[in-house]
Amino acid sequence: MSDLQELYQSIILDHNRRPKNYGALEGADHRAEGRNPDCGDEVKVELAMSGDRIDDVRFTSAGCAVSRAAASVMTQKVKGKTRAEVEQLFATFHDLVTGKLRPTEQEARGLGELAAFSGVARFPIRVKCASMPWHTLQAALRDGAPRA
Amino acid sequence: MSARNPRRADFPLLAANPDLYYLDSAATSQKPKVVLDAMRAYYERDNANPHRGAYALSARATDRYQAARERVAKFLGASDADCLVFTRGTTEALNLVATAWGYANVHEGDEIVVTALEHHANFVPWQQLALARRARFLVCPLTTDHRVDLDALRAMVGPRTKVVAFNHVSNALGTLNPVNEIAAIGRRAGALVVCDGAQGAPHLRVGFDTHDVDFYAFSGHKMCGPMGIGGLLGRRAILEAMPPYQFGGDMIEFVRDEESTWNALPHKFEAGTPNVGDAIGLAAACDYLDGLGLESVLEHERALVRLAMDRLREVEGVCLYGPPPSERSGVVSFTMAGIHPHDLATIFDEDGVCIRAGQHCAQPLMRRLGVSATARASFYVYNDEWDVEALVASLRRAKEVFSGGGELLPDEMVPCRGAR
Repeated sequence: MSDLQELYQSIILDHNRRPKNYGALEGADHRAEGRNPDCGDEVKVELAMSGDRIDDVRFTSAGCAVSRAAASVMTQKVKGKTRAEVEQLFATFHDLVTGKLRPTEQEARGLGELAAFSGVARFPIRVKCASMPWHTLQAALRDGAPRA
Repeated sequence: MSARNPRRADFPLLAANPDLYYLDSAATSQKPKVVLDAMRAYYERDNANPHRGAYALSARATDRYQAARERVAKFLGASDADCLVFTRGTTEALNLVATAWGYANVHEGDEIVVTALEHHANFVPWQQLALARRARFLVCPLTTDHRVDLDALRAMVGPRTKVVAFNHVSNALGTLNPVNEIAAIGRRAGALVVCDGAQGAPHLRVGFDTHDVDFYAFSGHKMCGPMGIGGLLGRRAILEAMPPYQFGGDMIEFVRDEESTWNALPHKFEAGTPNVGDAIGLAAACDYLDGLGLESVLEHERALVRLAMDRLREVEGVCLYGPPPSERSGVVSFTMAGIHPHDLATIFDEDGVCIRAGQHCAQPLMRRLGVSATARASFYVYNDEWDVEALVASLRRAKEVFSGGGELLPDEMVPCRGAR
């Protein structure tokens, strides 16, 4: 597989074109917006929390395929997770897209669709695109003054 | 296809990378060897702090600096070289005017007019000045083919207008603005007329003495010169009446405990040790461009823009922005249905094709175009048909890569409001 094919795997292209959990979240109590001024990418993440756990999450974005697909896969992965679990997932994901983690086949199975982002490591300028939705999710989790 | 452009041999970076298709000269141009040699020769033979040292070497550095100023002023059609203030570039030049002139002359209730085509550097300094002074900040709208709407501008500019600021050429779309017509509108209202020439000076013959603008700002690095040098051309009477922008170094005349006085033009606006080495590089760039002839540079760019627009139009899903080739410099801004410009740039990069993807420091314009970003290819003296063909081939490859994603969604079928 060429580097480009590895970056733009069908999982990523699918999530870009048909993102999951896309749109506004009714009853959201935490939210944040992220922006990458270099390229104009924008993402908005909305959460409904119950205690420490993410009950529901949705996002909207205007941006590249990598950032949109990353946001889409992220929302699937973090639904039902606690803050600590989200931090753990992001740490793993970050290691993956920066090339620090080269998953074995078995590890890749454990990562599920997150593993599709391993191709980002070959494109250092795109790491920001993949991690921006996660940073925005972190900001949403910190959003201390929930608005109805 | 014809042979590669022989000008590539003048540019060491391009000569060393035959498979590089550099289409980002609107961001910064490559540098010809003559410019690099001139800078190296200065540092090897004449380097000292000018204006200060009482020794022959310092006098030589001073002379070289002054000669560079005269050379650059001549290139831009300014007969009074003292009215050329060297700055780090266009952004600093525009901030200088907005700050030094602006705070002394713009007051509550006054109006500042810019256009929707502006780079942030000719938008935000004026917006911030207006906010600080409680002045009104007005943005002139565009026509459907993305030119300044002169009728709207005429209606907008009036007795309260203190500043009309606009670009010579749009960095995002390449649109050529009618400098004299816009200047006349500002002039009739008695406003200060400021032209951002960052994308003008590299491509068009600037005649500062004959253009009716008060200020003209430009950058060296977009016109074959080094990064870190540019300038501000201004009218002598206005520059002399203006307070300084920064204090210290060469701009000082006398310093008493209670007050200070300022050096004569142009030093009054050049605080600190001047950037002699880069000024000499910029002067060499002017020599280089004059050797080619700016008229033929523009003609060359337009031929490539015309070819690129024709070839891009053949690709389904492409939307082109901006006016026809005859009314622009060497810039082609476009989008591709279903593929974000940032993804295009990554795929192009794999083929050695360097383009800019994003908002081009022109968010107000992007909002009006109704897009979050565009891809921009920009041409200069060293580009050729091969670059255009590489661009189009990469675009077709990007479509192939993305074809795995399935049919376009309705929200990806953005109506093309460009010039196609």
